[in-house]
Amino acid sequence: MGEIGQAFSIALNLLWNLDNDLIAIVSLSLKVSIFAVVFSCFLGFTIGAGLTVYRFPGRKVFIIFLNSMMGLPPVVVGLMIYLLLSRSGPLGVLGLLYTPTAMIIAQITLITPLVAALSLQTLQGLYGEYNEFFRSLNLPSTTKMRTILWDGRFDLITIGLAGFGRAISEVGAVMIVGGNINHLTRIMTTAIALETSKGTLAFALALGIILISISILINASVMIVRSLTKGPRHAG
Amino acid sequence: MQGDCETSMVKADGCIEFKNVDLSIDGKLLIDNASCQIFHQGKTLIIGANGAGKSLFLRLIAGLLIPSSGEISLDHFTPLKNDRYCFSLVFQKPVLLRRSTFENITYVLRHSGVDKSAIDDLVIGALKAARLEHRAQTPAHNLSGGEQQRLALARALVTAPCVLLLDEPTASLDPASTSIVEDMMSKAEADGMKVILVTHDIKQAKRIADDIIFIHEGKILAHSGAKEFFKNPGSPQAQAYLDGKVFIDE
Repeated sequence: MGEIGQAFSIALNLLWNLDNDLIAIVSLSLKVSIFAVVFSCFLGFTIGAGLTVYRFPGRKVFIIFLNSMMGLPPVVVGLMIYLLLSRSGPLGVLGLLYTPTAMIIAQITLITPLVAALSLQTLQGLYGEYNEFFRSLNLPSTTKMRTILWDGRFDLITIGLAGFGRAISEVGAVMIVGGNINHLTRIMTTAIALETSKGTLAFALALGIILISISILINASVMIVRSLTKGPRHAG
Repeated sequence: MQGDCETSMVKADGCIEFKNVDLSIDGKLLIDNASCQIFHQGKTLIIGANGAGKSLFLRLIAGLLIPSSGEISLDHFTPLKNDRYCFSLVFQKPVLLRRSTFENITYVLRHSGVDKSAIDDLVIGALKAARLEHRAQTPAHNLSGGEQQRLALARALVTAPCVLLLDEPTASLDPASTSIVEDMMSKAEADGMKVILVTHDIKQAKRIADDIIFIHEGKILAHSGAKEFFKNPGSPQAQAYLDGKVFIDE
């Protein structure tokens, strides 16, 4: 208990003094996850809206595939990206392995199916509501897509935040493709794993506190966005 | 629906004609050999029991459903303004975009080829007609049921269609809101639009109908002038409906 208490005390001290290593790790974590989420949202929302509005052969198979991809094991994704980016892999010439870009690619691969599948569920509900109205106006599919993306924006923001939550807490894939290199590819989750194995509990704990704080912040944001979406409805 | 109408403006003898129209969905015959002519003059009300096929009939006119067989023709119907839609449809449960009242009306104008500079004035006019000008910036979903239906109607009317189709628009409204909606319909008719309305409300039908189409189990059993229909419904099914009784086939 004493050791844990001591670790807590050192962790709070590191946070209070804005330790350089700590700041570097946290800022890289945020940078990688934000990049990945922005790109995943752009891709995922487009896929979700496209699958909602367009009907084409194999659509159902694609949706099943997309839903299955939501549960992709991160280490498997990490391994696949590693094989693609390694020197002998098809994209080895790009020299991206063990760089933040590789970590972003891994996170995009993990989050995009999640964002696409969740946005599909949300947008399908909205499209069901609007469909006859759209048809009565004889609108083109691209206009329908734009409309449901705009009108579903609050729900989509919630999905984006959920994606960010997954990205920031991910460890397996980024560890494999990033390599956890100090001051280059070390992020919060990989650093916590490393520092814990080294026995440097205080540093790991400090990172853990920040990670949990970010998680709480995301959940609070989700709740705020949801309450904004619902808003007070008229009784009549 | 844009472009479906002829360009000549001969509204006086405009006619929607159903010729032996069948509609089957999932192998079930829902509209059975429907034939009728709906002329431009007056308000046409479609009545019948739940599940009779009234809403399907309305959607067939609007082109939202395609007949399994038969033909629906539109003669001499054209939008009052050539760049607008031929039909506007108002649903029983108003379909409103998750935007402000003002933006809900702007949306249809923007997508019906109206000149951008004219949009604001048209929206303000439509809001005034629906007595919603004070709610212009309110999110549409925060309006009361009556206000939502008035907004849906204002949005349908702002495109100046040649035919206004309404699917039980006053079903869940109080008498005051019903009265405003009926006034808006009468104004639309006076402006030259054909009004076709599905309703369950026999009092409303007596109040506003010029002619009545009675549908029973997908079949048109009567199409006549309102006075004539209420005097002589013409079928035991229609008589039972007017008497508020369930008709049982023997």
